[in-house]
Amino acid sequence: MNKALLPIVTISTFIVLIWYSFSIVLNSSWALDKAERNDQKLSFSELVHDTWSQKKPKLPAPHQVGYEMYKTIFDKKVTSKRSLVYHGWITLSATLAGFMLGTLLGILLALAIVHDKATDLSVMPWIITSQTIPILALAPMIIVVLSSIGFTGLLPKAVISMYLSFFPIVVGMVKGLRSPDLLEIDQMKTWSASQFQILIKLRLPKSIPFLFTSLKLGMAASLVGAIVGELPSGAIAGLGARMLSGSYYGQTIQIWSALFTAAILAASLVGLISIIQAFVFKRMMIVQ
Amino acid sequence: MTDETVISAKSLDLTFQTNDGPVHALKDVNLDISKGDFISFIGPSGCGKTTFLRVMADLDQPTDGTITINGISPKAARESRAYGYVFQSAGLYPWRTIGKNIRLPLEIMGISKSEQKERVEKVLKLVELEDFEKKFPWQLSGGMQQRASIARALAFDADILLMDEPFGALDEIVRDYLNEQLLKLWHSTEKTICFVTHSIPEAVYLSTKIVVMSPRPGRIIDIIESDLPDKRPLEIRDTKEFIDIPQRVREGLRAGHSYE
Repeated sequence: MNKALLPIVTISTFIVLIWYSFSIVLNSSWALDKAERNDQKLSFSELVHDTWSQKKPKLPAPHQVGYEMYKTIFDKKVTSKRSLVYHGWITLSATLAGFMLGTLLGILLALAIVHDKATDLSVMPWIITSQTIPILALAPMIIVVLSSIGFTGLLPKAVISMYLSFFPIVVGMVKGLRSPDLLEIDQMKTWSASQFQILIKLRLPKSIPFLFTSLKLGMAASLVGAIVGELPSGAIAGLGARMLSGSYYGQTIQIWSALFTAAILAASLVGLISIIQAFVFKRMMIVQ
Repeated sequence: MTDETVISAKSLDLTFQTNDGPVHALKDVNLDISKGDFISFIGPSGCGKTTFLRVMADLDQPTDGTITINGISPKAARESRAYGYVFQSAGLYPWRTIGKNIRLPLEIMGISKSEQKERVEKVLKLVELEDFEKKFPWQLSGGMQQRASIARALAFDADILLMDEPFGALDEIVRDYLNEQLLKLWHSTEKTICFVTHSIPEAVYLSTKIVVMSPRPGRIIDIIESDLPDKRPLEIRDTKEFIDIPQRVREGLRAGHSYE
């Protein structure tokens, strides 16, 4: 524990220091302009103080973001439109829905690809192509198409989220399901095992380590997908909407708060998967 | 031991089509194996001994000739679970205990839970691993893992045991011990065993018949009937009768090699 703590604290301190310095550098022109208009001369400490406490800074200082997050997470009622918990929940629900859909789709596709040569040859290129299209270009169209057939709100975002998250699952699971070596497959053959039995007794257990790696990637991708889905839709709720409205009104502190909330959310979700993974690996005697 | 033939190969041929051209793995192989025989296949790498075993197990298909197991095709024999196959590596699943690993083929074959339990206990006793049912593979030594894999091959009570260099990866001391155990097991179960090896003493010590094979193309060059007594303590390897047989095996192996 201590071994891990020291490097983490060192790096974090380093990042915060750099951040504060850049706040001074980036926000100083505004502070100096203002001082000049008022015929004032700023001392260095006054300049630093000003750059760290502007209302619409180019780069808000860490404590400003921290305070904004504290205010909008703990001080606001969770039902309030200004609560980050409210917006976080909107994004989280779309993320989880998209993640589940993506995982399901990914596993089903992987099963089909591993068991059917024709699917392998015909579907795999499309799966790869799907990820070369910029999601920012595709997201508005998914929203338009789905809303024209009556789906709005959570579902379009979940679909965009799924679009990003199924890919790591497919790739990981195909690799995992194919990870049994020739000897293990031959062994199964000597027992006249059916394809289904080979899947249940051998392929699936062997794919578990691959699955967890994919789930972590998929979860992070899901969150990105949900946020991207909130940007073009004119959504008024969600972390993406929060970022967008922040950028309309130059509310940089609001943007950074939403950004950090999203990062913390992603880290927690990935961390949760890691905990489940540790538990499953222990049960299955998988050594990492 | 009776004269009932369980495995019969007639002018068996197998050619693999590889990217470097055809490889003649088996050429005109003829062999009859009687019930209760302990047959060793010996020869240098590439002589087709493993391929022959795989053909018996229906893991590879001959390109010409016929082979029958218990009078039926290898495929039908495999589907009726006529043989147990032991590979060079134990191939135990790390997420299953030893007991559960042995159950695996029984689960696949749809044998009832109560009978599974009974059989696992029985075969664990046969390979002297009674106390290890609840242990995981990593808690066992290499030799013990290989014994567990033999137990797994015995669990569904097939009459034929096909073993592909099962002790090849083990050190000599463990190998001696396992050879002795295998002979004991063969005596007590009266199974027909086909055993691939590249160790001459191992082949001579274990077998009733030694099949000497030669590469390019893989073929049988000599079949040596062993006149050693059925009961064989390890010390038998120092007697004159024992020393004569390896001599003949070596001659056979040398004759098969043209070294050109």
